[in-house]
Amino acid sequence: MLELGKYAGAVLSSWGVTLGLIGLLVAVSWVQARRVKAALDAAEARRKGGA
Amino acid sequence: MIALLIRDLRLTFRAGGGFGLGLAFFLIVTVLVPFGVGPESALLARIAPGILWVGALLACLLSLDRIFQLDFEDGSLDLLATAPVPMEGAVAMKALAHWLTTGLPLTLAAPFFGGLMSLPTAGFLWVFVTLLIGTPALSMIGTFGAALTVGLKRGGLLLSLLVLPLYIPTLLFGAETARRAIMGMEYAQTFAILAGVSAGSIAILPFAAAAAIRINLR
Amino acid sequence: MEDTRVRQHNDRWNWFWAWANPVKFMAWTGKALPWFIGLTLITLVPGLIWGFFFTPEAEGFGSSVKIIYVHVPSAFMAIQAWGMMVVASLIWLIRRHHVGALAAKGAALVGLTMTVIALITGAIWGEPMWGTYWAWDPRLTSFLILFLFYIGYMALWAAIENPDTAADLTSVLAIVGSVFAFLSRYAVNFWNQGLHQGASLSLDKEENVADVFWQPLVLTLVGFGLLFVVLVLVRARTEVRKRRVHALMTRERMRDA
Repeated sequence: MLELGKYAGAVLSSWGVTLGLIGLLVAVSWVQARRVKAALDAAEARRKGGA
Repeated sequence: MIALLIRDLRLTFRAGGGFGLGLAFFLIVTVLVPFGVGPESALLARIAPGILWVGALLACLLSLDRIFQLDFEDGSLDLLATAPVPMEGAVAMKALAHWLTTGLPLTLAAPFFGGLMSLPTAGFLWVFVTLLIGTPALSMIGTFGAALTVGLKRGGLLLSLLVLPLYIPTLLFGAETARRAIMGMEYAQTFAILAGVSAGSIAILPFAAAAAIRINLR
Repeated sequence: MEDTRVRQHNDRWNWFWAWANPVKFMAWTGKALPWFIGLTLITLVPGLIWGFFFTPEAEGFGSSVKIIYVHVPSAFMAIQAWGMMVVASLIWLIRRHHVGALAAKGAALVGLTMTVIALITGAIWGEPMWGTYWAWDPRLTSFLILFLFYIGYMALWAAIENPDTAADLTSVLAIVGSVFAFLSRYAVNFWNQGLHQGASLSLDKEENVADVFWQPLVLTLVGFGLLFVVLVLVRARTEVRKRRVHALMTRERMRDA
């Protein structure tokens, strides 16, 4: 394993924060994209069915 | 001439209260600070220009949402939009009216409130001068913020959120100039930039504010 | 309306603007997105692994230099994102392409996240290096101001119900805001150096960096850039779809009524 010395806490926490926040952002964007796409597909289906 | 009319309109609004409120708020903020940081006069004197500037800025913020709100509600803003006056001029007059009823009184009161803050006598003049140059910018920037949020029901808090970051350069150069002048440092440069920020805001922001009003009235 | 369409048709750059037509936009982004995701993965993942595991310690910094690989790219993207939002806002205001406004809206949260990452990693790095989490250093202060601008921009989007009004007003705010943000960036230089002579906290990162640190840094910079493109495309696509859903729902309600 990598030897980080006395700065281990700083390095690990900043990398953790970065990866965590980016992961969160990606997840949020992904979930929103999925949800809206599903809503759109449903609405389109209703339109085609209804018309 | 028509601009004058708008100002009259504004003056009648003044009778509806709010004129003294900003001043009272400014006074209270100034009085609260010594309670918060302690009565030591050396400390107070050092932070006085900054506190006076921040206090004036917050007091200015208080009355912003009223710049367009009443006119928007009773429909006179729509009339203004169709009137032969360009919207830019009307907006500039609104900002001027706001400055006359808020910025100017605050500027005049600031030296007296400075006395409460153990501000050295030399500082009275500088706080007054920097506020005199800076508050028109605060009114104009605030008018722009008010124009952005005019259609919103609870725009007050949002208005502060939008306007406060825009106030940063004015506040910074204003307070910095006062501080430098009081401490006997070279102040011409920051003073010139403060004047530049103020003049630039007054020259450009009426267009942005008028655009925002037009969008909101659409 | 008709005039706009004729003018757009006669425009020599029409082929370019056609890319911003919502239908075409969905089509080409749908095709391009997997490629961008692939490119992001093959730059960002190796870049981060290289930066974390295979870089030496720097003299005076020890292993803390590894923070550079997350701090600098996020700070860089935080500024780029705002720039992109301003350009997209201008495209919306001048050419009335919805995709412009929606891309700006999509970019805001990405830019805000990058700003927060830059601030937090900077604070964590600052503590061992300078002995303090926060100092009113011009660079740090500018990022805090940028953070405030992002929040105001997003709050305005959230507050206005009519989507076109919201797009217009936020675009105006983005443009006016960047003038003032730029001014603030310039202003803080006066303010800090005026009273507090002494410890200059900013390290000239770009200038003093040796190749061993520079190469993985470039890779992560490219990776963050591509990640930004991917996220903005995904989020803009979501916004376009949201618009479409909204339109269909309105139509349904009209029919039912």
